Amino acid sequence: MSMLHVVNKSPYERNSLYTCVGYCRESDTLLLIEDGVYAALAAGKAAAKLEGLKVAALGSDLKARGIAEDKLVEGIEIVDYAGFVDLVETTDRVQSWL
Amino acid sequence: MSEIKKFMYVNRKAPYGTIYAWESLEVVLIGAAFDQNVSLAFIDDGVFQLTADQDTSGSGFKNFSPTYAALGDYGVTKIYVERESLEERGLSLDDLQQLTWEDEDEDYAEKDSIRLVSRAELAEILAEQDVLFNF
Repeated sequence: MSMLHVVNKSPYERNSLYTCVGYCRESDTLLLIEDGVYAALAAGKAAAKLEGLKVAALGSDLKARGIAEDKLVEGIEIVDYAGFVDLVETTDRVQSWL
Repeated sequence: MSEIKKFMYVNRKAPYGTIYAWESLEVVLIGAAFDQNVSLAFIDDGVFQLTADQDTSGSGFKNFSPTYAALGDYGVTKIYVERESLEERGLSLDDLQQLTWEDEDEDYAEKDSIRLVSRAELAEILAEQDVLFNF
């Protein structure tokens, strides 16, 4: 059973990301959207939390916030809305950590 | 006209996840029209409001970030950014918009509006204000 974990809150304002990563298993994917994308800034304190996880981020939310791709944690997959749908479709469950 | 007061707007939220940042900007612009001594502070996720190159074309939001560049024309020339908040988020001044104002006392010389300050320095600046608005 694979799970898609969706985080939409800034890791610097809420603990959603911290709880979520504690629930991420080997087969799971973490998708960062809305203010959740701030976790993907490589030089930020929250970046360490993403280590070892399969992580994707919504490209349009990164762009809206002025986060350039070269500032991101290495290995993050940037997806568009169609890619978001694909992730939902290819995983068995979706858990949104609001 | 009554005595000029020191107004400080404290911004602690990221720009698009909630409406706080935009609302703050609107209130700042209205307040600036009343010739008060206005300052802005950006703390915690508020520092994300000032990032350069915001492009909302793919997400359906209104990109209000160019409005910060107009603050100088409204006489808002003191924009304090807290160093600790920037560093924790992996940002530096280079990641932010350059905001300037024209000093009419010095032949309209262009000066930087953003002042990078420590938490301790900002605490002192907050303590000097007459009115604090929090967003």
